[in-house]
Amino acid sequence: MDSSRRHVLQLLGLSSLALTARPVLNAFAKEAEHAEEPKAVIKPNKKALTAKQWAMVIDTRKFESADDVEPLVEACDTIHNVPHLKNKRHEIKWIWETHYHNAFPGKAGQFLSEAVEHTPFIVMCNHCENPPCVRACPTKATFKRESDGIVLMDFHRCIGCRFCMAACPFGARSFNYRDPRPFIKETNKGYPTRSKGVVEKCNFCAERLAVGQLPACVEVSEGKLTFGDLYDAESEVRELIRTHYTIRRKQVLGTEPSVYYIV
Amino acid sequence: MLELAIKGGKKYYGWMTFLMVILGVGFLFYLRQLDFGLGITGLSRDTSWGFYIANFTFLVGVAAGGVMVVLPHYLHDYKAFGRVTILGEFLAIASVLMCMTFILIDLGQPMRVFNVFIYFSPRSVLFWDAIVLNGYLFLNIVIGWNVLEAERNNIHYQAWLKPLIYLSIPWAVSIHTVTAYLYCGMPGRGFWMTAILAPRFLASAFAAGPALLILCCLIIRRVSSFDPGREQIQSLAKIVAYAICINVFFFLCEVFEVFVVFYTNIPEHMDHMKYLFIGLHGHGAYVPWMWTSMAFMLIGIILTVNPITRKNEGVLAVACVVIFLGTWIDKGLGMIAGGFTPSPLHEVNEYIPSLPEILIALGVWAMGFLVLTALFKIAVGVKEELRD
Repeated sequence: MDSSRRHVLQLLGLSSLALTARPVLNAFAKEAEHAEEPKAVIKPNKKALTAKQWAMVIDTRKFESADDVEPLVEACDTIHNVPHLKNKRHEIKWIWETHYHNAFPGKAGQFLSEAVEHTPFIVMCNHCENPPCVRACPTKATFKRESDGIVLMDFHRCIGCRFCMAACPFGARSFNYRDPRPFIKETNKGYPTRSKGVVEKCNFCAERLAVGQLPACVEVSEGKLTFGDLYDAESEVRELIRTHYTIRRKQVLGTEPSVYYIV
Repeated sequence: MLELAIKGGKKYYGWMTFLMVILGVGFLFYLRQLDFGLGITGLSRDTSWGFYIANFTFLVGVAAGGVMVVLPHYLHDYKAFGRVTILGEFLAIASVLMCMTFILIDLGQPMRVFNVFIYFSPRSVLFWDAIVLNGYLFLNIVIGWNVLEAERNNIHYQAWLKPLIYLSIPWAVSIHTVTAYLYCGMPGRGFWMTAILAPRFLASAFAAGPALLILCCLIIRRVSSFDPGREQIQSLAKIVAYAICINVFFFLCEVFEVFVVFYTNIPEHMDHMKYLFIGLHGHGAYVPWMWTSMAFMLIGIILTVNPITRKNEGVLAVACVVIFLGTWIDKGLGMIAGGFTPSPLHEVNEYIPSLPEILIALGVWAMGFLVLTALFKIAVGVKEELRD
C-alpha cells in the first residue's frame, strides 16, 4: 500500500472517530448544565394515608362462600387492569381464592373443622417485611418502599427474568406470558396496563393510599378485611391482632408476612 | 488465525450448513416468541423457569468442565494435556456463549438486559452470575487465543497470561457454584434448598464436560490428521469416571437427606422427589425420564470404571454419550421441573416444554456447535500446520 493511500485511510478513520465522539461529548456537556437545575419534587397529597408498615387482617370467619370473595377480586381486577386470560398457564392473579390446604400447606391436618374445610381463603402478596423476591431481583425493579413497607414493582424496569417468581414462597407473582391488553374488559385509565414480558402482583393499592383511599378489596369487603399500620399500637389491625388468635402463611420461613388471618 | 476457520472441505461446509439451518429454524421461532411473548413456551404461573434455564444450567457445567484439562496441564504440569488444553478452553467459550443466549431468550424483555448493569444489585445472585459468566468467557477467549497463537509461532506464550490462567481455574468452579446459589438461596423451594447442590452441580459438570471433550477428540481424530492422543483420551476418561461416581454419590446423599425428612414426616421436601421418581397426585411425566437418567449414569459408571471397557475407545464413546445424556436429563429436565412441582401452594400443574420452545433451544445448541466447530477447526488447523 502506498503511503498517500494509507494516509487518506488514517484520516478517514480519525474523522469517523471524531464524528462518533461528538454526540457523546455533547451529552456530557448537557448533563453538567442540568446539574445546576433544581430536582423535581413530588408534592405529597395532604389526604395520603401513611404507615410504617401497612398490614392486613383477614377475618376468614366472615367468609362463607365464593360470593363473599368475588366482589373483592372483581374490585381489584377492575381497578388494576388485571386481564382475564382463559389459558390457565398464562393467568394473572393479584388476589384470589383458594383452599385452606393450599393457603397453609403443612398446617392442614387430615381432619379439619367444618368451617375451615369449607371457608374460602383469600391470598395475595404478603408484603413481607423481609421479602425474598426483592433480594432476588437483579435490577431493583421490585423493591420494598421504605416509607410504608409496601413491596412494589416498576413495570418499566423489569427485564422479565422471573427470579422473583421462583423466590416468592407464596406464589403471589404473575408473569405476562403474552400481551394482556386484549383481555382487559374495560381499561381503567387511572392505572397503567402492562406489556408482555414483565412480572406483576398486588401492590396494596399504593396508588389509592396516596390519595387517601383504602385498598379496593378492603373497601368493598364490608369489614371482612382490615387495613392499617402494624407499628401503630392504636391501629385497627393491631387491635384485632391483640384480641384474636391470628396466623400467617409459612411463618417458619422468616419472611415476616404482613397479612394476618383470623381463623 | 481466523482464516483457518473458512478453509475447509465439502464435509466441513456441509456440517456448518446443517447447523446453520437448525439455527435458522430456531431463530424464526424466536422471532415468533419475541412477537407473542413467552406464552409460546410451556411455562406457566407455577413453573416460571423451564427448558431454557435448564439447558443454561447444564451448559454452565459443560463450560466449567473445561477446567479439567486446564488444571492438570497448568497446575500439575501434566504435559500430555498440552495437546488438548486448547480444546477444553474453546469448549468453554462455546458453552458460555450458549449459556448467555439461553438466559437472553428466557427474558420477557430482552431489550432491557443491560438494566442488570445499570441498576447494580449485588444482593441478587443473578447479578453475580452475569459477572462470573462474562468473566469466564473473557478469560477463556484471551487465554485460548493467545496460547494457540504463540504455539503457532513456535514461541512461549506471554508471561502476563500465567496469572490469568491460574485465575481461570477457581473461576471455573465459581461459575457453577454461583449458578447453584441461584437455586438454593430461595426459601420455600425445598427441593433446591440443600447445601449439596453446588458440589453436585460441579461433580456432574466434571463428568459431562470431559465426556463431551472425549467425543470431540474421537471425532477430530477421524476427520483430521491431528490425533489428540490415546493417553489424553484415557486420562480424560478416568476424570469422567471419578466425577460421575461422585455425582451419583452426592445424589444419593440428597436422597438420603430426603429419606431422613421422610422419616420425620416433613412433606414439603419429600414431595418434589416423589413427583420426579414415582409421581404425585397422579402426575408423573418425568418418572420414566428420571429412571432413564439413573440407568444411564449407572451404565456410565460401569463402563468408565472398568478398565477393560474404558480402554476400548468404541465402548468409551458409548459411555460418554450415556453419561452426557444422563446428566443432561438429571440436571436439565429434573432439576427445574422437580423444584417447581408441586407449587408453593402445593398444587401439581405439570410443565411440559412446547415444540417451539424445544426448537428454539435446539437453535441455540446449533449456534453453540457452530462456534465450537469453527474454533476447533482453527485449533486443529494450527496443530496440523505444526506437524507438517
